[in-house]
Amino acid sequence: MKQRRSLRWAGYAVLAVVAAVYIYPFLIQLGTAFKTDADATAHPLTPWPHEWSVAVFGALAQQDFPRWALNSVFVSVSVTVGRVVFDSLAGYALARLRFRGRTTVFGAVLAVLAVPSVVLLIPKFLVLNQFGMYDTYAAMIVPLLVDATGVFIMKQFFETVPVSVEEAARIDGAGPLRTFWSVVLPMSRPALITLTILSFQGSWNELPHFIVSRQDPALNTLTSGVATLVSGQLGQGNQFPLKLAAALLMTLPVAVVYFIFSKRFTRGTYEGVDK
Amino acid sequence: MVVPILMALWVSVSDWTGNGSPLSSRVHFVGADNYAALLTDPGLTQRNFATSVRNNAYFVLFVVPLQTALALGLAMVLNQRRLKGKQFFRTAFYFPTVTSSVAISVVFLFLFSSTGTVNAALGLFGVNGPSWFADPRGIFQLLLHGLGVTNPPQALTDGSFMGLSWWDWLSGPSVAMCSIIVLVVWTSTGGFMLMFYAALQNLPPSVDEAALIDGAGPWQRFWRVTLPQLRPTLFLVLTLGLIGTWQVFDQVYVLSRGEPAKTTLTPAYLSYSTSFIGKEWGQGSAIAFLLFVVIVLFTLGQRWLLREKGK
Repeated sequence: MKQRRSLRWAGYAVLAVVAAVYIYPFLIQLGTAFKTDADATAHPLTPWPHEWSVAVFGALAQQDFPRWALNSVFVSVSVTVGRVVFDSLAGYALARLRFRGRTTVFGAVLAVLAVPSVVLLIPKFLVLNQFGMYDTYAAMIVPLLVDATGVFIMKQFFETVPVSVEEAARIDGAGPLRTFWSVVLPMSRPALITLTILSFQGSWNELPHFIVSRQDPALNTLTSGVATLVSGQLGQGNQFPLKLAAALLMTLPVAVVYFIFSKRFTRGTYEGVDK
Repeated sequence: MVVPILMALWVSVSDWTGNGSPLSSRVHFVGADNYAALLTDPGLTQRNFATSVRNNAYFVLFVVPLQTALALGLAMVLNQRRLKGKQFFRTAFYFPTVTSSVAISVVFLFLFSSTGTVNAALGLFGVNGPSWFADPRGIFQLLLHGLGVTNPPQALTDGSFMGLSWWDWLSGPSVAMCSIIVLVVWTSTGGFMLMFYAALQNLPPSVDEAALIDGAGPWQRFWRVTLPQLRPTLFLVLTLGLIGTWQVFDQVYVLSRGEPAKTTLTPAYLSYSTSFIGKEWGQGSAIAFLLFVVIVLFTLGQRWLLREKGK
């Protein structure tokens, strides 16, 4: 009994320390965004500013930051809408429609999941270039519109919908698209919400694709914009409050979504994984 | 998906310079030249590639075991039935995983800057921390230096493999790479922890109870009972870990661009910089395909090592 109690205390202690290590960087980020340069350099260890300053946010607003934010919003929203539509259509087709080559298509989806995304950077660029799409919003959005993970999640979900529900609709004379739209889709709200969250988070945080699909600074998203803002001086020295404020602002939307939907977040990501 | 990859494969055996279409008649077939420059011809190209492979190999060697062990450990603790505040801890550990790698890299840039938080914390213990992102020294070599070995043994400097001396191969990750290792372990643990956690929740409690009745201690139960049941999840975590760590890119791009002294150069970043900055598309594609081969080989190797014995 005694051993068990001490074990429990040890467990709490470990968890508390690890949790502190995991949260502390975010506190530093939050606090330093409100510091002055000198304060950040002099007191890097405390998240609490000695002297509150919101100057950096003004400076960000003066720069290209609002433009990056708008680009990020535009691209992420387009990608999210596209993924919800195309992934669910593709998922439904794979789950329910009998057509020739269905297993091949599904195999291809799985194969795409397995190819490292870094290996695909150059192929993506080649195709965008070939189609004359390089350096446009389309180049940034179209290649992200369908993702294998999303198709997979939707297919898994649609397979759990009982066939009898759809048969009723079919007897009433509804075609596959109509059945999908007015019967199956309304039942799929949980899966659709999960897909929306994951798509938004994924495209908001995407970096490599936005590096290789455009060059024009006016097309910078938050990720690629902040990356260029930061990597100039190789991490030495100054303007950390500014950089951290930029990072903070770009974390906020995902953080808000995460704290609202944290249950769904964790469930959706690993759905079907623990089989 | 297949067409773009075939196109890239063609580019990797051509002398395309990025102008016009790679399929036009002005682009020539150069055979395996691009691959040879990376693998067999002595020169800067080969040395850069070898350096990037070395860096990434150390990266994988440190990150994969660390993140797997940490994730499993945290999941085991979270799985204690009477633990309070589970939701809080889960949120805390998982949150870094969902946030942008760029934003997190900026934070770590500050934490590990020479006047940053980590050095300030080390200063509390009287340790004078290094200038993390500017220090190109490998930690194994630093350790040896601390033990009094200042000059490498002749045997190690004489021989070389792919343009790097054995001494350079054995340097260990650089101080700069170590900070990236910390960063990646910190961000990736949460996701893997959840996978272990979900698997642990699905284990039937009866098996563990039976072992308890048979008088097995906690340590024994973990190694003999719990871990074997987690084998599929362990396999998945290791596979995803290996695939992920061999293509580390975002953090390198934001934090160091391969510097200092190329010690954080990775094949993924080298492939990007060779093609998109250096405009040597053939070379860059060749690196990407070699990286692909490395990933496939590692996945197969790991599958073979962890295969169910006696089947």
